[in-house]
Amino acid sequence: MNIIVCIKQVPNTTDVKIDPVTNTLIRDGVESVINPFDVYAIEEGVRLKERFGGKVTVITMGPPQAESALREAISVGCDEAVLVSDRKFAGSDTWATSYTLSCAIKKLGEFDIILCGKQASDGDTAQVGPGISTHLDIPQVTYVKKIEKIENGKAVVERMTEEGYDILETPMPCLFTVVKEINTPRMPSLKGMMRAKSAQIVKWTAADIDCDPQSIGLDGSPTRVVRIFTPPPRKGGEIIKGDAAQVSQELVQLLKDIVI
Amino acid sequence: MDYLFNEQQKMIQELSRKIAQEKIKPVAAKYDESEEFAWDIMKIIAESDLFGVYIPEQYGGLGGGITEMCIVTEEFSRACGAIALGFAGTGLGTFPILLYGSDEQKKKYLTRIAKGTVAAFCITEAEAGSDAGSIKTTARREGDYYILNGTKQWITNAGEADVYTVIAMTDKTKGARGATAFIVEKGMKGVEFGQKEKKLGIRASATREVIFTDCKVPKENVIAREGMGFIVAMKTFDSSRPGVAAQAVGIAQGAFDEALSYSRKRVQFGQPISSFQAIQHMLADMATQIEAARALVYATARMIDAGAKNVAKESSMAKLFASDVAMKVTTDAVQIFGGYGYMRDYPVEKYMRDAKITQIYEGTNQIQRNVIAANLIKESIKAE
Amino acid sequence: MASITVILNKCTGCTLCVRSCPFGAITMANKKAVIDMAKCTFCGACVPACKFAAIELRKDAVGTKDLSGYKDVWVFCEQKKGVIQTISFELLGEGKKLAKKLGCKLCAVILGHDIESKIDELAQRGADKIYIVDDPALKAYLDDPYTEVLVSLIEEYKPEIILCGATVIGRSLVSRVAVKVDAGLTADCTGLDIDQKDKLLLQTRPAFGGNIMATIITPNHRPQMATVRHKVMKEAEIHKGHKAEIIRKKYPASVLRSRTSLLDIVEEVEETVNLSEADIIVSGGRGLGGPENFAMIKELAKVLGGAVGSSRAAVDAGWMPYSHQVGQTGKTVCPKLYIACGISGQIQHLIGMQSSKVIVAINKDPDAPIFKVATYGVVGDIFEIVPALTREFKKMLKK
Repeated sequence: MNIIVCIKQVPNTTDVKIDPVTNTLIRDGVESVINPFDVYAIEEGVRLKERFGGKVTVITMGPPQAESALREAISVGCDEAVLVSDRKFAGSDTWATSYTLSCAIKKLGEFDIILCGKQASDGDTAQVGPGISTHLDIPQVTYVKKIEKIENGKAVVERMTEEGYDILETPMPCLFTVVKEINTPRMPSLKGMMRAKSAQIVKWTAADIDCDPQSIGLDGSPTRVVRIFTPPPRKGGEIIKGDAAQVSQELVQLLKDIVI
Repeated sequence: MDYLFNEQQKMIQELSRKIAQEKIKPVAAKYDESEEFAWDIMKIIAESDLFGVYIPEQYGGLGGGITEMCIVTEEFSRACGAIALGFAGTGLGTFPILLYGSDEQKKKYLTRIAKGTVAAFCITEAEAGSDAGSIKTTARREGDYYILNGTKQWITNAGEADVYTVIAMTDKTKGARGATAFIVEKGMKGVEFGQKEKKLGIRASATREVIFTDCKVPKENVIAREGMGFIVAMKTFDSSRPGVAAQAVGIAQGAFDEALSYSRKRVQFGQPISSFQAIQHMLADMATQIEAARALVYATARMIDAGAKNVAKESSMAKLFASDVAMKVTTDAVQIFGGYGYMRDYPVEKYMRDAKITQIYEGTNQIQRNVIAANLIKESIKAE
Repeated sequence: MASITVILNKCTGCTLCVRSCPFGAITMANKKAVIDMAKCTFCGACVPACKFAAIELRKDAVGTKDLSGYKDVWVFCEQKKGVIQTISFELLGEGKKLAKKLGCKLCAVILGHDIESKIDELAQRGADKIYIVDDPALKAYLDDPYTEVLVSLIEEYKPEIILCGATVIGRSLVSRVAVKVDAGLTADCTGLDIDQKDKLLLQTRPAFGGNIMATIITPNHRPQMATVRHKVMKEAEIHKGHKAEIIRKKYPASVLRSRTSLLDIVEEVEETVNLSEADIIVSGGRGLGGPENFAMIKELAKVLGGAVGSSRAAVDAGWMPYSHQVGQTGKTVCPKLYIACGISGQIQHLIGMQSSKVIVAINKDPDAPIFKVATYGVVGDIFEIVPALTREFKKMLKK
């Protein structure tokens, strides 16, 4: 089985601090990590390989530094890695990003399943996964929480919904975006880390992936960011003092209108 | 401080730190409370290949030595000194085989341990603590077997481990020269375990009696040869003490990390307490002591890995110094936390409880001083 | 192609731009600003930040395409089992405002089966026109037929703006539609407005978990599509008797075919209310000390008719299932009332709940960061205060 996992490198939000004076993000010293949701996609890809054989190819579009995210993916069991990187991709929105990745995936050749995290923690759009499946014209299931079975070219999966879950059957090749419930990602192994260190990363530029230059980067992006601002920080409010009985009574009075 | 670790050692450090922070730390308080053995964590450690860091490559390990074992122990202990002991106690149980085992024994047991089989070392008895010469457990030769009888006490990993290295008397009349080391497997007839001990600290570590009642052990399971038991045990301790020292350094570092971060957040008299010199000097002393202990640990580990023959003095020094530092630093960390530090909701009191054992086990610090002094005198006589 | 350049003789090395860049793309080298093109997204935040006009940003010319044929504001109205989801009413409320500013019609789009009876409901919520596609193939949501039908409608009727809920269905559907019709799509908006000059939809959304806000436009493509976060906009009021023009459409099997098939819909009966729908959430954290103490959190939630949340620490320790986790890698919630008990307030947690209307924090550590976002803070022992609070609420609610 040929499995492709799409990942994104994002700043580690655990480390992100807000400058109390300027009220902007402090980026200095913030480590880059694999988007937390993509970690589950990687794990699921490696598990599928362990169940059905085949290989897992991990792919990312991003700056050259994103190579470290690909190596990390190899350390937990991915076999091959592709970095799609070019200054021409700068300014891509989700439309252009999913187009670019779909071009790269076409170049990779035959595949059975594409896995993505449900969304990235820096943008939270959840649009790139469905975008890729649309550009490739393959079926998708979003918010997958379990891959129940795969046989005869079809997969049965559970899609998380607001009320519970749907059980869907889809022919392959197909694309799934996965949620955190799907598995518990493993830790890398030392042998995996050693393999990751020496692994060859395939690097493709815009010229390598047969894409329409009008559809990539800022030119290929229908949306434009016109303003970036920091919302006023929420102010800490009133501290209520007294013993348990006093504070409870006061709180109940203050919250009366909301609760009733 | 840079200890000039090589690439592989740095990788081991990175991975064990990741496991410690992401997997061990969130459950440390839970296991301390429930006093359960953290099998889920052991599984993670096994799958990460870390159980094999000090085992030679031909037996499925990564071919490292004491340095690698210390790196892993320190990082794990920084998150939880008790869960770390599942790993470090296995090291102690493995050293007799690693140092003196035959090729067959190594093939049979080290390959399993490298994959995550937990091991334990059994020497201590009710009446044989520091005075290991008064061991009462006996091993009587009967044809191709030895019959073991007796009770080992306070055995780390007992009940959880599958492989036990046991010191028993094959000839009481010969005193220390009458002891022999055996490999005993859980599941062999005549091996039972006592109740789990209730302890002050390292509560997630399993400590039990191991009871041998006419336990039949094949003669192939003798380590080295009959009568070598004490030498096996002493050399085992020489190799394992840096591990205890690394555990102590990790515990101290973990408590220090908490204290430093708390001192920057805790505001009194309108400013963080880290701005008070009284606190600053405490932090400075703690950090300096930890670094000195760490330096001693890795210098000793390197010496052993380089093949030094006599390391008893250095390894005792490392264990003695690091464990005393751990006790001091964890106590100070509680002090910096003030009243909060004394509460079980905050993590520092656990570090303090966990630190105490490092001054006691694998030879009390008083015994370590004896070893150091005896070696100093021996060296001085030799030099004359 | 767009370009951005630092005019070196104007740059004074003041570093103002470095701080203004939300993507960390600007560094200083030899006392001049250098832009890392791999990180730059041409957002333009640095341009006004520079006091010396040393940064020049050239974006592509806007308005080369004829977009005049596109008109009206559409709201995709999500239904499940024939019940219109409340997010749709929120979108109709917001859509009305936008339609007014543009001087166009507000249209509801509804796909499903046996949904004829929903027409009045949508009309009463202010829809001027309702596109309805009623077919057994559309009974429950499936990516393929819903995408194809919506695409066909868009291509035929050319709406200017399409709004959709940022729900599981909404996000899956319009992401596909936007690619198919070559439209711009902005996810998870919390603010919408019309630019008076260019008549463009201004879409404001949080990024980096709400630490920064971005306003996004779609200058050159139509429709302008946005998914909108639940519970941010106000529901449209009901006007009895308000009528709408109805457009019923039928599509051939080729449009309605689905590659995936729905085998079953499973509803999980939760003890308490669904977190993202809840108006009141009571959450517990590490301060609870153990799983058994969640009982008092559940009790308070039950009295208030709210849902139970949890911090990541409590989930990681195995005290609560992941489905209750609030925060960055859990759920983002914005209830009317959020009560945080024994939660210190790590940034990942704050990201998930700081847009709640009223936040009450109970924690024994007066320095806990949660107090920085709390409307009301109580420094004290949760084991005393939470039960006391439960008693008081019971008394007031006469339960």
